[in-house]
Amino acid sequence: MGAIVVEGVGKAYKQYSGRWSRLLEWLVPTWCGGRPRHQQKWVLQDISFSVEPGEAIGIVGVNGAGKSTLLKMITGTTQPTVGRVHTTGRVAALLELGMGFHPDFTGRQNAMMAGQLLGLSAVELERLMPEIIAFAEIGDYIEQPVRVYSSGMQMRLAFSVACAKRPDILIVDEALSVGDTYFQHKSFERIRSFCRQGTTLLMVSHDKGAVQGICDRAILLDAGRLSMQGAPDAVMDYYNALLAERDVSTVRQQQTDQGQVQTASGSGEARIDDVYLLDEGSGARLESVNVGQSIALVVDAHIEKDLPEVVLGYAIKDRWGQTIYGTNTHHLRAPLKGLRAGERLQYRFRFPANLGAGSYSMSIALHTADTHIAKNFEWRDLAMVFEVINADKDNFVGLAWLPPEMECRR
Amino acid sequence: MRMFGALWNYRGFILESVKRDFQSQYTNALLGAVWTIIRPLAMIVVYTIIFAQVMQAKLPGLGNAFSYSIYLCAGVLTWGFFTETLTKTQNVFLEHANLLKKISFPRFCLPVIVVINAGVNFLIIFGLFTLFLILSGNFPGIVFIALLPLLLVQVAFSVGLGITLGVLNVFFRDIGQFFVVVLQFWFWLTPVVYPIEILPAAVRPIVENNPMTALIGSYQRIFVEAQWPVWETLWPITLLSVVLCGIGLRLFRQHAGEMVDEL
Repeated sequence: MGAIVVEGVGKAYKQYSGRWSRLLEWLVPTWCGGRPRHQQKWVLQDISFSVEPGEAIGIVGVNGAGKSTLLKMITGTTQPTVGRVHTTGRVAALLELGMGFHPDFTGRQNAMMAGQLLGLSAVELERLMPEIIAFAEIGDYIEQPVRVYSSGMQMRLAFSVACAKRPDILIVDEALSVGDTYFQHKSFERIRSFCRQGTTLLMVSHDKGAVQGICDRAILLDAGRLSMQGAPDAVMDYYNALLAERDVSTVRQQQTDQGQVQTASGSGEARIDDVYLLDEGSGARLESVNVGQSIALVVDAHIEKDLPEVVLGYAIKDRWGQTIYGTNTHHLRAPLKGLRAGERLQYRFRFPANLGAGSYSMSIALHTADTHIAKNFEWRDLAMVFEVINADKDNFVGLAWLPPEMECRR
Repeated sequence: MRMFGALWNYRGFILESVKRDFQSQYTNALLGAVWTIIRPLAMIVVYTIIFAQVMQAKLPGLGNAFSYSIYLCAGVLTWGFFTETLTKTQNVFLEHANLLKKISFPRFCLPVIVVINAGVNFLIIFGLFTLFLILSGNFPGIVFIALLPLLLVQVAFSVGLGITLGVLNVFFRDIGQFFVVVLQFWFWLTPVVYPIEILPAAVRPIVENNPMTALIGSYQRIFVEAQWPVWETLWPITLLSVVLCGIGLRLFRQHAGEMVDEL
């Protein structure tokens, strides 16, 4: 229960040249000169993948890449034009919460209705109702018409109904902004607990953290095709690079010595030559850093073409690819202007390494303005990997070193 | 067969929807369900006044004070049921576009809900009509049971036609508009408010070939003359109903997938 098999799926919408063409196509039989009068506009092509029961898959891609269409085909609301989608077990989709809610009916009536629309029986719903009400935290409002609910309350009730019973396959759209932060955490926790109990999860998201935090695997859709699938951080890095590279496709990925996938991209008008860490005191190059040590990040770069502006950005990431800290020279109010071809640059960023023990990587980008989206000269993930060790501090846990001043009154 | 299995699984949803549609029609109205009765009643009053009094149109051979009203009710109420079923099924897919696009459920639930709903409305008003017949001593007796097969044929006819038009309406929105006009003509080309005998010979063939004529005629025969319907006259509409149901079901199955893309 809970497997998904997508085989050679493609989806095309029919486009007719005029209002009458469809009628002609329907009415004129083939044997007297009838011919197809529509063009097929393919929004998805050659999609094949399979998901094992219990797996969690993230689907990423820019707007219009075909993510929603793919999800709709898996839930069964639309049919693929070619290929086959096969799912086993009960599918629940958190795509449109609150569908079929009627404002004049009470929360309880609407919950019953929505639940039955999702394929639960009345008896089952009756049994689950106390739990639904408790999870939605709407209390006595359950007997009030939905018309008087706040939008957050409606969403909470809708979510509680949709997640009242553990499905075999759960499909979640990114915009799972259910109510306030508190409820978001709560709903995410519910999704996680389903996953632990063996529910297959399919999630569309742009949120790197969510994909890397939950998913075992990620699938990247680009212009209606499956352009990559694999480990979430590798796919997310590739996707980020792709965002910067809408027109110039120079995204390269290679395995590093440590077996990680490094993503590099860029138009190449400015290049990164070397990235390393120095000890502030002695000026020695560092491979491992002590917690709290004063260090400098040095980036050597050169300019290939005359450029009006160059900004250098860096991000320190933990071993799961989550960004711990990142900034750039734009935010530091020091972008370089009017650069000439052949110029050499050396950046130096000094800071105390207030990081917890573990392995970290540095991502470096050369671009203009405040992000790499507008113009990206060079982007390098895993430009450098370093180790933080706790040599002389008291034991602590976590990614940041935030030593407190402690006092206690008694 | 699988389709009907799915419908059975969603019976709870269907019942709940019927209940909800019925309630939502009336929950915010002070008079509630009374409106279901007032609407056709007003129509009957208008027709009775205009046709029976002003135009002095008397049914040939029947002198009872109520006979024209009964004649009218037999036609107007059943015709109302026919048009309600037809127009509702014809628009059902367009009206629930959002639901169809976003949630995966047996789509055939929608027309079923609509038909049951129209049926409930009809039962209320027709029940009252029957009560009136009994109280005024005009109850036709045993021939009343002939209603069952007649209504069955009528439902099949309107559902078959409705589904066919409903599917087409998604692709060609003109169908819905067009049928509003057609229904107006259809109503007056069916002997609902007038007896067929008053028509000039030129128009008669059109009215006689109208499949609804036989059906409405049978209702009137039962209630006004307390006679069994002439079963042979009902063959054409029965056959037509079966054909339309077949076409409707086929169209629905062929285009159900494409329909969602078009909404």
